[in-house]
Amino acid sequence: MGLNIIVLAKQVPDTRNVGKDAMKADGTVNRAALAAIFNPEDLNALEQALRLKNRYKGTSITILTMGPGRAADIIREGLYRGADKGYLLTDRAFAGSDTLATSYAISHAIRKIEDVDLIIAGRQAIDGDTAQVGPQVAEKLGLPQLTYAEEVISAEKKKLVVKRRLERGVETVECPLPAVITVNSSAPACRPRNAKLVMKYKHAKTITERQNESEDYIDLTADRPYLNIEEWSVNDIDVDSKWLGLSGSPTKVKKIENIVFQAKETKHITSSNEEINDLMKELIANHTIG
Amino acid sequence: MNNVFVICETEEGKVADISLELMTKGRSLANDLKCKLEAVVLGHNLKGLENELYPYGADEVYIGDDKRLDPYTTLPHTAVIVELFKETKPQIALLGASTFGRDLGPRISSALQSGLTADCTALEIGDHFVKKENKEYKDLLYQIRPAFGGNIVATIINPDHRPQMATVREGVMKMEVFDKSYEGKLNTLDIDKYLKPEDMVVKVIERHMEKSKVNIKNSSIIVAGGYGMGSKENFDILYELADSIGAEVGASRAAVDAGYADHERQIGQTGVTVRPKLYIACGISGQIQHTAGMEESAMVIAVNNDPGAPINKIADYVITGEVMEVIPKMVKYYKQNTK
Ligand SMILES: Cc1cc2nc3c(=O)[nH]c(=O)nc-3n(C[C@H](O)[C@H](O)[C@H](O)COP(=O)(O)OP(=O)(O)OC[C@H]3O[C@@H](n4cnc5c(N)ncnc54)[C@H](O)[C@@H]3O)c2cc1C
Repeated sequence: MGLNIIVLAKQVPDTRNVGKDAMKADGTVNRAALAAIFNPEDLNALEQALRLKNRYKGTSITILTMGPGRAADIIREGLYRGADKGYLLTDRAFAGSDTLATSYAISHAIRKIEDVDLIIAGRQAIDGDTAQVGPQVAEKLGLPQLTYAEEVISAEKKKLVVKRRLERGVETVECPLPAVITVNSSAPACRPRNAKLVMKYKHAKTITERQNESEDYIDLTADRPYLNIEEWSVNDIDVDSKWLGLSGSPTKVKKIENIVFQAKETKHITSSNEEINDLMKELIANHTIG
Repeated sequence: MNNVFVICETEEGKVADISLELMTKGRSLANDLKCKLEAVVLGHNLKGLENELYPYGADEVYIGDDKRLDPYTTLPHTAVIVELFKETKPQIALLGASTFGRDLGPRISSALQSGLTADCTALEIGDHFVKKENKEYKDLLYQIRPAFGGNIVATIINPDHRPQMATVREGVMKMEVFDKSYEGKLNTLDIDKYLKPEDMVVKVIERHMEKSKVNIKNSSIIVAGGYGMGSKENFDILYELADSIGAEVGASRAAVDAGYADHERQIGQTGVTVRPKLYIACGISGQIQHTAGMEESAMVIAVNNDPGAPINKIADYVITGEVMEVIPKMVKYYKQNTK
């Protein structure tokens, strides 16, 4: 009865606080320069998975993320909220991937994970706002996709029912499992961390993180295997490297411009009666209003 | 072959505005490239729809009319268009950045292994030179879009893959009839040839399409309120001003997040893009994500108590003062001067 769910989550630079030096010369983003956060809509996706776990006994949630080593934070964050396991897909060969190369890598990682019933992702990531990875992963896996999901109504007997929020209305759709869902920010927010789970998973680490610890670090993963965050490189997933990174990306960044406000001749007005009266007269006279 | 293609969507039995906007852009790109403009519409009961597309300069219209294509679901639409593209080999394919285009576009691009750029704000034709390979690419589609939370504008190209695909939001491109009596050619698609049973696994059980009540995009004057309005109640004065001057009310994201206005009124990068003749920004600071959605307004009036607010830099008129003092005066003097 339980479902095997994969949640796709991405660590994103907090684009609300971008500095000038955040771009590299090749047009790709220097993420190291910015605060890294759990992509907001991926949290909405995680919440949908957690609700299914509450509902269907035996459900397990695996967080899959692709990114640099520090993206293991995303997996820990997921574990603190009720996910069961995580995979970090990390390799220099992934650098510079556009959405298609990213989807190629992610879809191959998913193929490595057995008996997947449902893949849930956020609709889009705030660093690119493309909303492409969910559908492209679905296509690469040959699975149906249900985008703009607001609620998973049920996932029983290999059948999925989802409510979608579209531009001008609402739609209820049904499809067989396995399938890929992408979740909107209009879906319920993710629950906060659970204190017990924070205690349990505080020391969950990838192998690289454990190797980088100081000498007096005691590795507990032998006794507590759940503290191991699986780390996968290109060699762990069955991929052809020509479809990865810059070479696997049909889209290239030709040019990046920082936005500058245009300079214009501006009229300054105070809030006095006369000046506002004059302004309204002027707008009426030149047919801007009225 | 090697033409510009628009994947059209329909709304209440007609070609949607967004698609006609893309036809307008597509026509000018096709003129630049000296190639044809083609359009495809899939759905059911589409008879005569080609006549809505010809005036926008469509040389070829492909119509796939079949029960299985309505209501829209991803897989059958993908199956038809992927095959059609293999047959017709377009160099450029455009879709709306609507829930339709953002669902369908990536699926098609993945199947064809061609690049897709979402939410472009400008599309131009240009060349590209790769020094390393000493290789010149002629007449590529420059896909220009804000990225990274709107703090940069990126020009994206797809040198080696076709079609070069892009989505564009509604309201970003102009919609203009090319030639009222333009005549194109109709091609009726034999849908049985394209669909397999496994394309039909997704079923729409229920759908109620609510036409969005507010239509800020089509309003030539917009009165927009920001967080500086201070409360939902204070927004009433904006509705009053909008009512008297024939405007719609828009809002910044901070105002929407604070519950002062509904999400459908949000203007900006994650809201609607507008280009009215007059935009009155009240208590809006003018962050880039907001201005991305309104900077093409013909005229901007900013009402802000901070003389240094960024919005003032793009405003034609800067009114420095309290919103709750200035806006009632605007209503009052408008009424006085029009009676
Ligand atoms: C990925 C991303 C996407 C985004 N998308 C959008 C989007 O689509 N649309 C959008 O709007 N924002 C968007 N934002 C948010 C944007 O960055 C700003 O936070 C937002 O626009 C600020 O709204 P505001 O100007 O109303 O509020 P504030 O920045 O708080 O500004 C309030 C202004 O009101 C003035 N003020 C205060 N009191 C008064 C008074 N009594 N009288 C007169 N003036 C007063 C202040 O001087 C100030 O200038 C996005 C952000 C991100 C990161």
